[in-house]
Amino acid sequence: MSQPLTVDLLAEIAKMAVRQGASEAEVTGLISSEFSVEVRLGAIDKVHEANSQGIGLRVLQQGRQASGSTSDTSSEAIDELIATTVGMALHTSVDNDSRLPLPAELGRSTDDYAALDLVDPVISKLSAQQKVELARAAEEAAISSDERIVNSEGASCTTHFSQTIFVNSVGFTGSYAGTSISIITAPIAREGSQMQVRYWGDRRRHLAHLDAPEKIGREAARRALRKLGARKVETRSVPIVFESGATEELLASLFEALSGDSIFRHSSFLVGRLGEEIAAPCVTVIDDGTRRAGIGTRPFDSEGLPTRATVVIGEGRLNSYLLNTYTARKLDLVSTGNAVRSLTGALGVGAGNFYLQPGNIAPADIISSVKDGFYVTEMIGFGFNPVTGDYSRGASGWWISEGQLAFPVEEVTIAGNLGQLLREIEIVGNDLQFRGRLAAPTIRVARMMVSGS
Amino acid sequence: MIDPVAFFTTRFPIGLNTIEEILGVALSRGGDYADLYFEYSVLNSISLEEQIIKSAARTISQGVGVRVISGERTGYAYVDSIERSALCRAAETAAQIASQPRAVGPVKIGFVPPGQDLYPVERVVGEQPLEERISLLHHADRETRSQDRRVREVQAGLTDEHKVILVASSTGRLTGDVQPLARMRVLCIADDDGNRQSGLSGGGGRSGLDYFNFDQISRYSYEAARQAIVQLEAREAPAGSMEVVLGPGWPGILLHEAVGHGLEADFNRKGTSAFSGLIGQRVASELCTVVDEGTIPHRRGSLNVDDEGNPTGRTVLIEKGILRGYLQDYLSSQLTATTPTGNGRRESYRHLPLPRMTNTYMISGESVPADIIRSVKRGLYAVQFGGGQVDITSGKFVFSASEAYLIEDGRVTAPVRGATLIGSGPESLTKVTAVGNDLALDEGVGTCGKDGQSVPVGVGMPTIKLAEMTVGGTR
Repeated sequence: MSQPLTVDLLAEIAKMAVRQGASEAEVTGLISSEFSVEVRLGAIDKVHEANSQGIGLRVLQQGRQASGSTSDTSSEAIDELIATTVGMALHTSVDNDSRLPLPAELGRSTDDYAALDLVDPVISKLSAQQKVELARAAEEAAISSDERIVNSEGASCTTHFSQTIFVNSVGFTGSYAGTSISIITAPIAREGSQMQVRYWGDRRRHLAHLDAPEKIGREAARRALRKLGARKVETRSVPIVFESGATEELLASLFEALSGDSIFRHSSFLVGRLGEEIAAPCVTVIDDGTRRAGIGTRPFDSEGLPTRATVVIGEGRLNSYLLNTYTARKLDLVSTGNAVRSLTGALGVGAGNFYLQPGNIAPADIISSVKDGFYVTEMIGFGFNPVTGDYSRGASGWWISEGQLAFPVEEVTIAGNLGQLLREIEIVGNDLQFRGRLAAPTIRVARMMVSGS
Repeated sequence: MIDPVAFFTTRFPIGLNTIEEILGVALSRGGDYADLYFEYSVLNSISLEEQIIKSAARTISQGVGVRVISGERTGYAYVDSIERSALCRAAETAAQIASQPRAVGPVKIGFVPPGQDLYPVERVVGEQPLEERISLLHHADRETRSQDRRVREVQAGLTDEHKVILVASSTGRLTGDVQPLARMRVLCIADDDGNRQSGLSGGGGRSGLDYFNFDQISRYSYEAARQAIVQLEAREAPAGSMEVVLGPGWPGILLHEAVGHGLEADFNRKGTSAFSGLIGQRVASELCTVVDEGTIPHRRGSLNVDDEGNPTGRTVLIEKGILRGYLQDYLSSQLTATTPTGNGRRESYRHLPLPRMTNTYMISGESVPADIIRSVKRGLYAVQFGGGQVDITSGKFVFSASEAYLIEDGRVTAPVRGATLIGSGPESLTKVTAVGNDLALDEGVGTCGKDGQSVPVGVGMPTIKLAEMTVGGTR
């Protein structure tokens, strides 16, 4: 029979792992429930309910590491989990940097994290019908906003609740809950034979913080409509303005290059650059795992270390990488509390709330500052090489001519190098908004190669 | 041979009568169709870096997904514990999608074994000793480092999975499968006085770990080191529209992005794909015939039955340039009065099935690859790629070359740095002006993402030439 996950059960698992021969053990329990409704053209399309739980165990045996996980919480399955995981650790190699954090580094064992404001009790009280209405309102607002919105990939409303429990064999126990709600819609605009879709939505921990569904729908429609008539441009090197959403994608690539995992593996263009000027002075990048009600907020990381705010790049200077205990030891540094671990995987490094600090110029003024350039609103593909910083991705948006948005552009690429791009950021906009873990304002970059016809 | 029915009914407190009862509960609010997807999987992974075995992990995942369809609506719920009371709760939840309560008794089911055995499995789940895996990884490390003194770091990983599934549907059919999947990857970082580059290689298929032997791993190692070393010499990639020659094998990701996703039936029945309504129309040059084939023995994208219990098959997507068919799952085939093509796939019991690709490839043509290259005055020859992505509705797609060369006056010359190639799905294959006689399937490492679900897939292609394509370089 499956058993409920509790701090006591997890503490018992850690104890048993040590009794069976592990020198140290960490146990993570995750309980989650998700409910999503999708509507399309006003009718209910899908209702999906997910309730799951799982246990992840990581053991260390004098520097030898192994991990295991199971979604079966019966006592037989747990016994097998402990035995096989401890058994595997006899076969891996000794790595002296593989250790648990020191007790002094660990967060305070408590389960009172109310100040972080991660739970909205209203969300679990919403009925299925209310969620259907929220999704329907978003799609309806999109479809009714213009007759050229002729079709839709639908709209969804998803609510999520999770409880994370973490225990280790050096005395830390902690548990916290979090909620979130999201609404997404994807209207399709058509003109002649051209069809354009745009996904747009919002995700928050509190219903009260979420954009109204009507606002989401109208914005999705505006964004789909403005792509109509898009065309290729000629190949040339020009100034680039990245809309906030596109800047966020640059930040995602930057995060990969800043992660301790890439650094200690010599797999990042930022290896050995700590303390150097790597970006323009207008660039300050912060990772804050403690932001009140943030999607990326949590009281402690996946090793039990308290989360914190880290100024990663301060006025252009690389101040810190983002690290967990293992990568910090590899680099002779101190963990920044960025350990992440899914139940199944090895320990990694992940973002809290990772953002580019806003400047004071409005996006419209940034656009009007460009004589001839490309305003990038969307990018696709995986053309980023963290080892070299080389960057080449598909892009769409608008051409800027004499400071005005002239015509929509698609089927082109933009290419350059992220290291050079960071140094060539000339303006940072004032339009920072958190819609997820990553957030960034509009920016202007000196130039990149736009490749088209 | 493992019997999936016996596997679940002996391991868990359920019998065929439980499954029949739960199907009845699923239809009790008036649903038209219901199915249950039982899954038990064990995934082993082990990794090496800095010349030592860094970690070993084992993941056990088990559960049941209950789906109820009512008209165009789908209700879905899943549970992690495989027992009667939990299954009842999930079935009652999924049943809510329909709203005409009625008395339904148990639904009679009978076992129908898959009509094919593309990857016979003798024993379930990684019983090979860890020592065997460890020696394979150390071999990869030694071989990669021995290629060149500039090899700085090697990461190697080995994963093997066994998944046992059982699919019971309200049509009365019960079927099951045991699906092995093994994969090895070797990543090499080369460093020449601060110029750092990477190379990635690997392979695998639907097989146990016996898929790999030392010779094959030597080949992956050589390949990872070779790619990294070539990149040390690479110059800036060209920018603009030009002739592009794609090498055989993995560059077939072009087909996956340019046409494969756009031909998945869910987008087409909704009219949201750039290929909607184009059946019978020309979407490629007459040199192009593209198929999706889930029945190639031991291939990564192959399946005996799909995740809705339908047998996989061979679907001609494009025949001599004309669009012939879509990839169907149960729901889309019902709503469009066609037959399922065995392409209903899902990541796990936590996910709904969707129309997905299996192994997608272009059949060989008649050109000699060397002649194709000789015919290009100035262009790009791309032989290795990273990932790709497509906007289904506009049809615009990208895929990123990780190893490419300039072609100058009919000769392959300098290597160039990574660059993304972009095109439009319904148009780019019309620009195929030569198809080689050298079809190759990829090594077996591909994973495709859709709606947040990842499934293993294969691609393949002979050498082809496109008269023009936009290359996203920097000069």
